[in-house]
This record gives sequence, C-alpha cells and structure tokens, in this order.
Amino acid sequence: MQHEWLYIGLFLVVGIIIPIAPLIIARLVAPRKPNPIKQSTYECGLETVGESRVQFKAQYYIFALVFLVFDVETVFLFPWALALKQMPLFVALEGILFITILVVGLVYAWRKGMLEWA
Amino acid sequence: MTLANVIEWLVKGLVWVLILLGGFAYLTYYERRALARIQVRVGPNRAGPWGLLQPIADAIKLIFKEEFMPARADKLLFTLAPIITLTPALVITAVVPFGPESASFQLFGRTITWYIADLNVGVLYIMSIASIAVYGIVLAGWSSNNKYATLGGLRSTAQMLSYELALGLSFIAVIVLANSTRLLDIVEAQKGMWFAVLQPVGFVIFLIATLAEVNRAPFDMPEAEQELAAGYHSEYGGMKFALLFMAEYDKMIAICTIAASLFLGGYREPWFLRDTVLGVDQTPWLGPLYVFIKVFILLFGMIWVRATWPRIRYDRLMAFGWKILLPLSLALVFLTSIGMLLAEQVNPLYQWGIPLASLAAGFIAILGMYQTLRRKEYARA
Repeated sequence: MQHEWLYIGLFLVVGIIIPIAPLIIARLVAPRKPNPIKQSTYECGLETVGESRVQFKAQYYIFALVFLVFDVETVFLFPWALALKQMPLFVALEGILFITILVVGLVYAWRKGMLEWA
Repeated sequence: MTLANVIEWLVKGLVWVLILLGGFAYLTYYERRALARIQVRVGPNRAGPWGLLQPIADAIKLIFKEEFMPARADKLLFTLAPIITLTPALVITAVVPFGPESASFQLFGRTITWYIADLNVGVLYIMSIASIAVYGIVLAGWSSNNKYATLGGLRSTAQMLSYELALGLSFIAVIVLANSTRLLDIVEAQKGMWFAVLQPVGFVIFLIATLAEVNRAPFDMPEAEQELAAGYHSEYGGMKFALLFMAEYDKMIAICTIAASLFLGGYREPWFLRDTVLGVDQTPWLGPLYVFIKVFILLFGMIWVRATWPRIRYDRLMAFGWKILLPLSLALVFLTSIGMLLAEQVNPLYQWGIPLASLAAGFIAILGMYQTLRRKEYARA
C-alpha cells in the first residue's frame, strides 16, 4: 500500500511539471512588450474606480459555515457506509439516526433563513 | 522500490498525462463540432481534413501570444493559480482503473497495469482532490485584482462548496452498494448490474453536482460572459489562459471517467453481455474500449446540456443546491442503506426496492422543486 501512495506522489510530480513546462516555453518564445495601458485592469474600457478587494456579502460566509458543518458530518458517514454490511443491526440503525440528526440540522438552518440568498 | 521502478512510474504518469492533454485538445474540437451541429452550423472545418488540425493550430497560436500581467495583480499568485487549477484536474484520475487486471500487458519485461495507483481509499482520494480544485479558481479570481474576476472567484467558491455536499453524499450511496471504497472493487461489484440502474437518482445527482463542480453550463456562473466578461479568467491571456482552459476540460474528462467507474460499470461490459464473447472476462482488452465509449457518451451529454439549457440565476442555483439536492441526497443515503440492510438480513430481492424508492424520492423532489422554486414565486421576490 505504501507503494501505491508513492506512485501517486510520482504522478503528482509529473502533474506539477506538466503545467509549468508550457509556461516556461511560452516565456521563451512569446513576445513581451509591456506598457502601462496594456497592464491596466480590464473593465470594458473604463478606468477602474477603487479597490476590487472590498467587503462582500455576508451570505458567502454563512454558506461557508453551513458547508463546514455538513461536510464534516458527511465524512463521518464514509466509514459507516463502508462497514454497513459487517455491523450488527443496532449499530447500522444508529447510523441512520445520525442521518436523521443531519436532516434536523438542515431543517434548523432552513427555518433560520440561512439558506436564503437575498 | 528501485530506481527502475521510479522511472517506470514516472514514464507511465507522463504518458497518461500526455494522453489526457491530447484528450483535452480533441475534446475542444469535439465540443465545437457538436455545438455547431446542434446550432445548425458547420463548426471548424478549415485546418486539416474535417478541421482535425484545429486544436494544434489553437495551441500554436496560444503559445506565441504575448503574456502580460495587470500591474495591480498579485504577481506570484497570478502565475501559480493556473498550475494549482490544472494539477488536481490531472492527478484526480490516478485511481481510476481503465482496464481489468487481466488486461495488463508486458512491456520491456515489466507488467503494465491500466491504472496509476490501486488505493483502497480511492473514493476518499477523489473527494479530497476535487476539493483542492476550488483553490485555483478562487486564487485566479482574487489575484487578478479585477472586479469581474473577484466576483467570479467568489461565486465559484460558494457554488462548488454547495454542490460538493450532494456529490459526497452520492458517493456514499455507491460505497454502500459496493461495500468498498477501492475503485477496482466498485467496478467489479457492478458485474451483475450497474449502479446507475440500482440508484438512478443518485446518478443524476452526481451528474448535476459535477456539472456545477466543473463550472459548466448551466452552472457557469463564475465565467458568465454577459455579466462578468469572462469571470475569474478575465485578466488571463496566452499560455496561462490555456492552462485554465485545459483544467476545465481535463476536469470534464476526469469527471466522466469517474462517473463511468462509479455508476456505469467502468471497464466492465454492459451487464447483459456478461457471458458473451464481448464480456471483459472473455476478451480483457475490450475494457479500455468500454471506458472510452462511456466517457465519449457522457461528454456528449455535457455538451448537449450546454447547447440546450440557459444559465440559471445565482440565487436559484444556491436554492437548488441546498434545498433540493442536499435533502434529496440525504434521503437517498437513508433509502440505500435501509434497502441494503433489508437485502442482507431478510431477502436479497429487497435490493430492487432501492431503485423504486430512489425514483419515488426523485419524483417527490421534482414536485418540491415545482412548489418552492417556481418562477412566479421568485419573480415577486
């Protein structure tokens, strides 16, 4: 099994080199004549006003929080799903109880208006 | 582990990555031709016979294009972002088997298998690499310091996070059915029946969620041309743009190979051909061909969706992900595990309750969609 992870590591090395290679080739063959107008921020021909890294809608943050809760709980379901057939019935039913708790959490978030994009 | 081993796997990885990149080039050609046909046009047909050299012409054009960087951009992240986007798109395919063990062949005295690595946690590997793919796009948007790009990056984060939940839960249904997270086992478990038949709604959820994950139409909000110019890659040009573009199409290929392995029996023949000469047990070298055919058809599905569906509005996209797909996929995990328990403990025939219950849940979800996401309700808001 360690060998398999090593193969993944080697594949990762190839996967990192392959995107870098064309960038280097392009750097060698592509022309480069920068000037201030070329390097200005593209905004359909208008001058940019102000910063673009400003405060954003809080909804993005709230969705990230709800996602974090559910994603962690999804990860807990993976080992349970894998062992479902070997488990005694009682333990398997406990997993189903866990899914029900997840649903209650979703209903709570929904009722609180966390899922509204407005 | 010897040096020869390391070299063997480096070469194998390199060959596989080059095949993926060739696949990307011809996927763009395939998409342009198919879209053109659907829109009653001809599509690229000038470069070479039937326009087959078009991708090569595009590559040559892009590599000779001038590269420039906006003066206000974050120089390091602006260069790194395309690499961070492309690398996960390439390495995610490492665990996908393209042929059975019996189709391994001898080359220079070494046995070459049809997969890069045979992980026993293959599905978890896919999940984790798919999560990394978000970073590249967000960094590309943020580092450009451009209003359109930043908006595109933010949108894609929220969208990919939301649909990742439904994606993860549809994996769980597959794990329950196959009783393994190793992709070779999952494919072999579909010898009798494809999981797309046993869990049809799970398959549909997987397809919808992956469309959102790779930012394809109708979920291409992060790069909506009409509102955001080009979204997160507005400021990119030349080879860096080509890398972002490559990442998007390689993600499509990767997703289709994963969908084929998890739901459509991977390299296995269709279940009704099992005992004929077309079966993989009888003629092992048909395995890669089956994968290719399945991927080809799934890719056509993605192109077809792009040609047919208009982009959906952002608030409705989020509402669809959270209020329809997430409860539905939770319900499917519930139904699948109950069905498996019944099939194990009582009677194997209860297995066929799973597709019926799954279709019923899907039907209820469509009714719920009609109730909550109707155009009229939303027009008032």
